[in-house]
Amino acid sequence: MAQLFHRSANTLARASILGVVLLLSSAGAALFQLQRSPYVTNQHIAPDQPIPFSHQHHVAGLGLDCRYCHTSVEESSFAGIPPTKTCMNCHAEMWTSADMLQPLRTSFRTGESIQWNRVHDLPDFVYFNHSIHIAKGVGCYSCHGPVDQMPLMYEENTLQMEWCLNCHRQPEKFLRPKEEIFNMTYQQPTEDHPVQWNGQNYFSQVALGNDLKKQYHLRTVQDITSCSTCHR
Amino acid sequence: MSNNTDSHPDLISPGEIKPANLELETVRKKLAGSTGPRYWRTLQELADQPAFGELLQREFPRGAGEWLDPVSRRGFLKLAGASMALAGLAGCTKQPIEQILPYVRQPEYLVPGKPMFFATAMPFAGYSHPLLVETHEYRPTKIEGNPQHGACLGGTDLFAQASILDLYDPDRSINITYKGEPRPWGEFLGSVRGRVLYHNANQGAGLRFLTGATSSPTFGSQMKAIQQLFPQSRWHRWEPVHRDGAREGSKLAFGGYYDPIYKFEAADVVVSLDGDFLSGSWFPGFVRYARDFMGRRKNPEKGMNRLYVAESAPTTTGAKADHRVPARNSEIENIARALAAKVGVAGAGGGQISADQQKWVDAAAADLMQHKGKGIVVPGVFQSAAVNALAHAMNAALGNAGQTVTYIDPVEIDPLEHTQSIRELLADMSAGKVETLIIMGGNPVYDAPADLEFGSVLEKLVSDQKNMVIQLSIYKNETTDFATWHLPQAHYLESWGDARSFDGAVTLMQPMIAPLYDGRTANEFVAIFTDEPSTSGYDLVRAYWRSQHTGDDFEAWWRRSLHDGYIADSAFAPRQVAAKLGAIPAAPANSNGIEIIFRPDPTIYDGTFVNNAWLQETPKPLSRNTWDNVAYISPAMAQRFGFFVLETDGIAKSDSESNVNRDHQSDAQNVLELTIDGRKVKVPVWPQPGHPDQAVTLFLGYGRKKTGNVGAGAGYDAYSVRSAGSQYTASGSIELTKDQWDIAITQGHFTMDTREPVKAGSLQEFLKDKDFAHNAEEEPKTEDTLYPDYREKGWYKGNAWGMAIDLNSCVGCQACSVACYAENNISVVGKAQVQRGREMMWIRIDTYYAGDPANPSVYFQPLPCMQCEDAPCEGVCPVGATVHSTEGLNDMVYNRCVGTRYCSNNCPYKVRRFNFMLFADYTTPVLKLGRNPDVTVRSRGVMEKCTYCIQRITAARINAEEQNRVKNGRIDIRDGEIKTACQQACPADAIIFGDINDPNSRVAQLKAQERNYSLLAEVNTRPRTTYIAAVNNPNPELEKA
Amino acid sequence: MATKIDEEIDVLPPKGVRPPIMGPGHTLGTVTDRIGGIVLTKHTPIFWLMIVALCVALFGMLNTAIAYLLGRGVGIWGVNIPVGWGFAIVNFVWWIGIGHAGTLISAILLLFKQGWRTSINRFAEAMTIFAVMQAGLFPLLHTGRPWLAAYWLFPIPLTMGVWPQFRSPLIWDVFAVSTYFTVSFLFWGIGLIPDFGTLRDSAKTLVVRRIYGMLAMGWRGSARHWNRYETAYMLLAGLATPLVLSVHSVVSLDFAVAVVPGWHTTFFPPYFVAGAIFSGFAMVLMLAIPFRYLYGMQDFITLRHLQNCAKLMLATGLIVAYSYSMEMFIGWYSNDKFELGLVHNRLHGPYSHFYFVLIFCNILAPQSLWLNKVRSTPWILFLVSCIVQTGMWLERFVIVVLSLNRDFLPSSWGMYWWTKWDMMTLIGTMGFFTLLFFLFIRFMPAISIFELRTLLPQSKVKE
Repeated sequence: MAQLFHRSANTLARASILGVVLLLSSAGAALFQLQRSPYVTNQHIAPDQPIPFSHQHHVAGLGLDCRYCHTSVEESSFAGIPPTKTCMNCHAEMWTSADMLQPLRTSFRTGESIQWNRVHDLPDFVYFNHSIHIAKGVGCYSCHGPVDQMPLMYEENTLQMEWCLNCHRQPEKFLRPKEEIFNMTYQQPTEDHPVQWNGQNYFSQVALGNDLKKQYHLRTVQDITSCSTCHR
Repeated sequence: MSNNTDSHPDLISPGEIKPANLELETVRKKLAGSTGPRYWRTLQELADQPAFGELLQREFPRGAGEWLDPVSRRGFLKLAGASMALAGLAGCTKQPIEQILPYVRQPEYLVPGKPMFFATAMPFAGYSHPLLVETHEYRPTKIEGNPQHGACLGGTDLFAQASILDLYDPDRSINITYKGEPRPWGEFLGSVRGRVLYHNANQGAGLRFLTGATSSPTFGSQMKAIQQLFPQSRWHRWEPVHRDGAREGSKLAFGGYYDPIYKFEAADVVVSLDGDFLSGSWFPGFVRYARDFMGRRKNPEKGMNRLYVAESAPTTTGAKADHRVPARNSEIENIARALAAKVGVAGAGGGQISADQQKWVDAAAADLMQHKGKGIVVPGVFQSAAVNALAHAMNAALGNAGQTVTYIDPVEIDPLEHTQSIRELLADMSAGKVETLIIMGGNPVYDAPADLEFGSVLEKLVSDQKNMVIQLSIYKNETTDFATWHLPQAHYLESWGDARSFDGAVTLMQPMIAPLYDGRTANEFVAIFTDEPSTSGYDLVRAYWRSQHTGDDFEAWWRRSLHDGYIADSAFAPRQVAAKLGAIPAAPANSNGIEIIFRPDPTIYDGTFVNNAWLQETPKPLSRNTWDNVAYISPAMAQRFGFFVLETDGIAKSDSESNVNRDHQSDAQNVLELTIDGRKVKVPVWPQPGHPDQAVTLFLGYGRKKTGNVGAGAGYDAYSVRSAGSQYTASGSIELTKDQWDIAITQGHFTMDTREPVKAGSLQEFLKDKDFAHNAEEEPKTEDTLYPDYREKGWYKGNAWGMAIDLNSCVGCQACSVACYAENNISVVGKAQVQRGREMMWIRIDTYYAGDPANPSVYFQPLPCMQCEDAPCEGVCPVGATVHSTEGLNDMVYNRCVGTRYCSNNCPYKVRRFNFMLFADYTTPVLKLGRNPDVTVRSRGVMEKCTYCIQRITAARINAEEQNRVKNGRIDIRDGEIKTACQQACPADAIIFGDINDPNSRVAQLKAQERNYSLLAEVNTRPRTTYIAAVNNPNPELEKA
Repeated sequence: MATKIDEEIDVLPPKGVRPPIMGPGHTLGTVTDRIGGIVLTKHTPIFWLMIVALCVALFGMLNTAIAYLLGRGVGIWGVNIPVGWGFAIVNFVWWIGIGHAGTLISAILLLFKQGWRTSINRFAEAMTIFAVMQAGLFPLLHTGRPWLAAYWLFPIPLTMGVWPQFRSPLIWDVFAVSTYFTVSFLFWGIGLIPDFGTLRDSAKTLVVRRIYGMLAMGWRGSARHWNRYETAYMLLAGLATPLVLSVHSVVSLDFAVAVVPGWHTTFFPPYFVAGAIFSGFAMVLMLAIPFRYLYGMQDFITLRHLQNCAKLMLATGLIVAYSYSMEMFIGWYSNDKFELGLVHNRLHGPYSHFYFVLIFCNILAPQSLWLNKVRSTPWILFLVSCIVQTGMWLERFVIVVLSLNRDFLPSSWGMYWWTKWDMMTLIGTMGFFTLLFFLFIRFMPAISIFELRTLLPQSKVKE
C-alpha cells in the first residue's frame, strides 16, 4: 500500500515539537518584557503639554528650588502643581508676549485651569505620600530622576510595584542626608567621592544609609512593606 | 422559579398561615424549668413545636429568579458598571493619561491633600447639634461631633452622621419652579416682591408663615421684624414629631413653658416613664445624656446607677434598663400616678395598674425615696401632659429639682403647641383668611394630622388665582405639588445660620461648600419680607450678632465663635421654678381595646431622611429590619393571630428573600389592616419581644408618595391614620389580611444559642466573681496554635493597635455603623440585596434576647473586624490579599483580591463583606464629591472589611514621624490621637481604640480589667478587638421577689 | 455471526462461574471490525445525532450563563455572606471526584494486572479528562474577578513583585488539578496511538487515513515501538497512581484547613478519595451501560465488567458510609459546642432533608449491590449508579453549605438558595461533558482494540 506521508513528514513532526516549545517560551518572554516596557509604563516618554514647560531651564538654568512651585511637598501627600498665579509671579513681567505662554495668560484671565497631562500617575488604590519620603531622607532624584536635565518632563522610573518594593525592601541603598533631598547633583558616596555627614566621612552608601536609617528613625522593613503602608 | 420583584405583596392562599400550636404559657413554663442562661432561639424551638418540621418543609428551595432591585436608583447591574469592573484587568494593561487641573489662584491656607476641619452645627427638630466637619479641598466628607461643645462632647447620633449624604443626594430639588415649571430667581423674586407690596398695603392680612420648630436667634429676630412690618401676619409652627405633651405638662406644673435639663452623671436612680433618652435625638440632649448616663456604669466596682423603665414601644432605653416593665401608652399615666402617689405627690393616684407594674412601681418608688436628690424621673416627650406634669411634680417632691434636674427657658423660639398652631392655620385657610402661605421646610401635606386634610384644604387655597403658596424645601415633596412657587433650600452644610443646642448654647453654622443647586437658606428667604432681598446669609447672621454683642472686640469675638462653632457661655441659666401639681386631667379609664402607638422611625425619623440610603439600610434597633417600617405587636398577640414571625430557626436571610420562598413566614410578613376612626392602613407585623400586649406600634415617615428614588415605595404611611386628637396614642381596630409583605432583615437569630457571645451578669454576681466573663476550660492556651508567632518574628514591637468595646455602655443607637459608611466609602446595596444577605455594614450591632419573650433582657454587641492575631482569613487567601501587618492589623488589599470568598467562609465572626456585584456607584457625579479620598472605592468582585480606619492610623503616624516623635523605640502616637470613625461617633463612649503596647493607653487599661474577654476565645484567634462584659444593676428587692 | 453472539448476551452462567471478560467466538478480525466500525462507518446513528444536538443546546446554555456571569458578577448566583461558596464549589468537587475512576482503572488496575480493565479503560480515561475539564471551569468562574484569578494564582513574575500565597490550599488545588489533568491526558493519548494506527490501516478514504495517520504519529507496531510503548505506558501508570490519591486529598484540604465546623477535620482526605472513586465508578457504569447497549458492545463490556465495577462501588460506598458515621460520632464525642451545633444543624436544621436524602442515596441504595441479581441486571445497576451520583453531589452540598450556613455566631447565621443561573451552569456542564463523550465515541476507538486482542485465545497462543 502506498505511503500515506512523504518521508519528510518525520522531520516535520520532530521539528514541530521543538517549534511549539520555542514558541511558548518566547511568547512568555515577550509578555514578561512587554508589561515592563515603556509602551505600558510610559517610562521615558514625555507626553505633550499645553505649555512645553522645561524643568531643565527653570531648575538647572534659573536655579529655582523644587519647593517654589511644589509647595506642599514637605507637608502633604501631594507635592502640589503650581497654580497659574505662581507662574504669573514672573511671567507677568517676562516673556509676556511669548506665544508658548498663551495658555498661561488665558488661564489667568479666564480663571480656567491649565490642563496638564499627568506624568507620574499611580493607580488610585496606591496612597503615595511625598512628605513622609522627604522626612525620611528620600531625595527627589531617587524617584523622579535628573529633573534638571529634562527639557520636557517624563517618567524616569516604571513606578511599578516591584520598583517601589525595590527601595522599601532595602532603603539603606537609597537614603541621603535631608540637606541633600532637593539637590539634583548629589552623588552617593563611593571610595573616591566620600560624602560628609554629621561631621563624618562615608565611603559607601550602605554605611551612610544604615546610619541615616537610625538617625531618621526608619521603621523596619517588615513595617514599611506591610500592605497597608500604601494600600487602603 | 418565581421572579417576583414587586414590592407590593400579593395574596396568598388562606391555608398558608398555619397556626403555630404553641402557647405562650408553655414557653413560660419551659423557661421556668430551664437552667443556665435562659437564651431562647425562637419561640417555636422553645416549645419544640411539631409544626417545626413543616416549616422546614416549606423552606424547600425554589430556584431564585435573578432580580433587579426595585428601589435601586443606581442599578448596580448596569453593564456599564460591569465593563468598568472588567477594565480592572490590571497587570499588563496600559493606564490612560490623566489630567491635572491646578488652581488658577490657590486659596490661602489650603494644602492640597490635607483635610481641613470646620465647626458648624446641624439643626434637628428645633435643636442644633454642634459639629466638626472634615473637608477635602472644601468638599465636606465626614461629620464629627464638636468635642468642645457640652451638648455632645464629640459624639453624634446617626442622623448627624448620615446628613452629609443628603447634601450630595442627586434627588435634591435643583431648581425654582412655578406651578412645576422651572423659573429663574429673578422672576421668583419679582413675583414675591409683588406679594410683599400687596401685604404692605393690607398690614399683612392673609400672610401666613409655616415652619418647623426653630431655635435660630437670627431667624427669630427676622420673624419679629416681619411681625412689626405686617402686624396682621401670623407665624404657625408644625413639627410632625412635636413635644406638645411635654409643653402642656410644663404648663400644668409650672404655669409656663420650661425645658428640663437632666444631670444623669449625678443620678443614682433613674426612673423613665417612657422617657426614651438613650435612643435618638428625638429626645433633646440624647447624645450628651447617653455619655453622662453611661459614665455611671463603666466601673461597677465604684458603684452603678440603676435604671427603671416603664415603656410602651420597646426602645433601646428599655433594653438598657435594669428593670423594665412593658405598658401600653395609656397605662404609662396610671403608672406615673401610682408612682407619684408613692413618692408623696399630693393629688396623684387613681387608675389601675397590673400586678407586674405595681411591683415595679413599689421598687422604683422605694429606690427613689432612698435617693432623694440623687434620682431622676424622666417623662417621655411623646407622653401625655399629665405624665410630664407628674414627673415634674415627683422630681420636685423628691428634691431632685435643682440637683439632678434643672429647668431652663424653652430653647425653641416663641414656643407654642404645634397641634394648636396648625389647627388654627387650617381653620383660617378653610375660612379663606389666608392669601399668601409660606411653607419653610417640612412637608405638611404629607405629615399634618390626617383628619385636618391639609392637602385638600391647600388645594382649594391654591385653586384661587389670587392666592399664593411658596414652599422652601430641600426636596420636592408631596407639598410641592400644591405650591405656587417652589424654592430649593440650601442644605445646612451650605448655609450660614445659627441655632441653639438643647441646653440653650448658641451654635453657629458656616457653609462648608457653596450651594450645589443654588439653594437659599430660610434666613435669606424671609429677608425678602424684611426688605433686604439678596442679602447674603452671612451678612444676616453677622448683622444680628453684631447687634447682640456688647463690647468693641466684635471682630475677634466673632472669629473665635465661628472657629469654635459656638458662642461661649451662651447656654441658658437654670430657672428657679416650683412645680405644683395643677389640675391634671382625670386618670384615663382602662380600656382593653387595641391601642395604636405612633413613634418616629428609629432611622428615618419623621420622614426627613426617607431618601437617605445609609439610613434606609441601617437596621432598625431591636427588629434589625431595613428599607421598610414594620408594625410592632406583642408575641402574645401574634400567638392569638396564630403566627410567629420572629425568626424561625436560622432562616432569616433566606426567608427574607422575596423572590425565593415568598410563602415563608419570616420572609413575607403577615399584614394587618388597621382602622382608626374610619381611616385604614395596611402594615407588615413584627412580633417584637417586650412589646406590650393589645397594642400596635406604628413608625412614621415611610409610605411616601413623592420623594427620591431611594425612599420611593418603601414602607407604609402611618400619617395617613394619625389624627390631631390622638397623635401618639390612638385606639383602633386591627384585622389580619391575607397579604404578605417582604421585609429585609440583617440578623436571623436573636438568641445566643449555646455560644454566649455576650457575657453579662448582675452587679452582685460580678462582685462575687470578678472573672465571671471567662470560662477557663474553654479557652485554649495562646501558644496552642499552628499560626506563625509574629512576636517571635519581632513584630508588634512598634505600635500595636487594639480596641475594647464596653458592652455596658453600648446603647445600640447605630451611630457607629453609619459613621463607618461615611468614613470608608461603604456601598449601599438596596433592599433586595439585603434580603440576599449581602449588606455591606462593616460594624454591625448584633442584638440578642434572653428570657421571657414578653419582657426579655436585650443585649447589644457592636461587631467590627476583630483583627485577630491568629487570623483564619489570612492563611487561606491564595493571592495574599489579606495579610498581617506588623502592627497587628489584618490588612485588606482590595486591589489584590480576586474574590474567592475563602477568607469570609473562614472568618468565625463573619465580619467580611463582599462586592457580589458592582455595588459602588461610579456613575453619579455628585456622589464622588462626598467620598473619602483616602479610602479606595471597592469595585465588583472584591472582599472588604474594617481595618480600624487604617487611613486615620496612617495619617496620624506620618504626622508623628514628621515631627520626629519617638518614645522608647516606638513612634509616639498619643493616646486618643487616633480615633476610629465608630469610636468618634459613639455618644456613649463605648468604643475605645488605641495602642495596647502603651500601658497607659485607655484601651490597654480596659483590656487589663477582669471583665475584658475575647469573643469566641475557644477558637483561639486572639482578637485585638475585645469586649468588656456587661454588668447590670438589678434591685435586690425585686430579685428576691 | 456477530448477531448470533448478541443473542446470548447477558445470560448469567451457572452458579459459581463468573461471566467471561469477553463474549465467545471473537477473532482479531471481529474485534477490529466491531470497534473500529463505530468510528469508520459512513452512516452516523440517529440516536447519536439526537443526543449530540441536545448536548450542543445545553453547551450553549452553559456559555450564556458564563457570559452573563462575567458581565454582572457572582451576585447572579445564590452565594452570600455567610455562605460564600455555593454551587460552584459543590460542582467542582463533584466533577473532580467523577474524574477519578478513569485513571484508577487504567493505572492502578494495570499495575495490578487486572485483565478485565482493558475493555473499559479507554472510555473511562476519556471520562476522566472530560470530567476534569468541567471541574476546571468552576474554581475560576466562582471568583469575583476571574480575569485576574486566571493568572494571579500561578507563580508568574509579574510587575507587583509579589507571589501567590503558598499557604493557601487553593494554590495547592491549582497545582494538583493541572498536574492530574496533564498526566491523565498523556496517559490517554499514548494509549490511543496503536489504535490510531489500526484505524489508519483499516480506514477507507485517503483523508481519514491521513488524519488518523497523523494521530498515529507514524506508529508501525514494530517490536521497538511496542517496547517503547510499554515502557512509557508503565512509567505513566506509575506516575498517575499516586495522583489518583493526591488530587482529591488536596481538594479535601480546601475544607480541612479551614476552622469552619464541619470542615475542620483530619480524616477528609481518605474520606474524599473513597467518595471520589465511589462516584467515579458510578459514572463509569452510567456511561458503559448505555454505550454497550446502543452500540451492541455487550460482549466486550460484559456482565463481568459491570459486576466488578459494582463491587468496587459497594466497597468504596461502605468506606463513605463509615466516614459519615465518623463525622457524626466525632461531632458528638468531641462535645465541642460548635461540632454539636453542626450535628444538630444536619439532623434538625433547615437543610436536614438534604442530609437524609444523601444518606439514602449513598448508604442505603448501594446496599442493594450485595445482591448478585442487582449486580448482573444492567438497568438496575444503571439506576443505582444514578442514585449514587446524585448522592455524591448532595454530599458535597451538605459539606459546603450546611457547614457555612450556621458556623459560629448565631447573629450571622443565614441561608443559601441557588438561582436559575446556578442551575444553568450545573446542567450546562453536564451537557458539555456528554457532548465531549459522544464526540469521542464517534471519532475515536472507545474500547482499546489492541489490548482486547491480547485477551483473545489466539494472542494467548502467541505468547
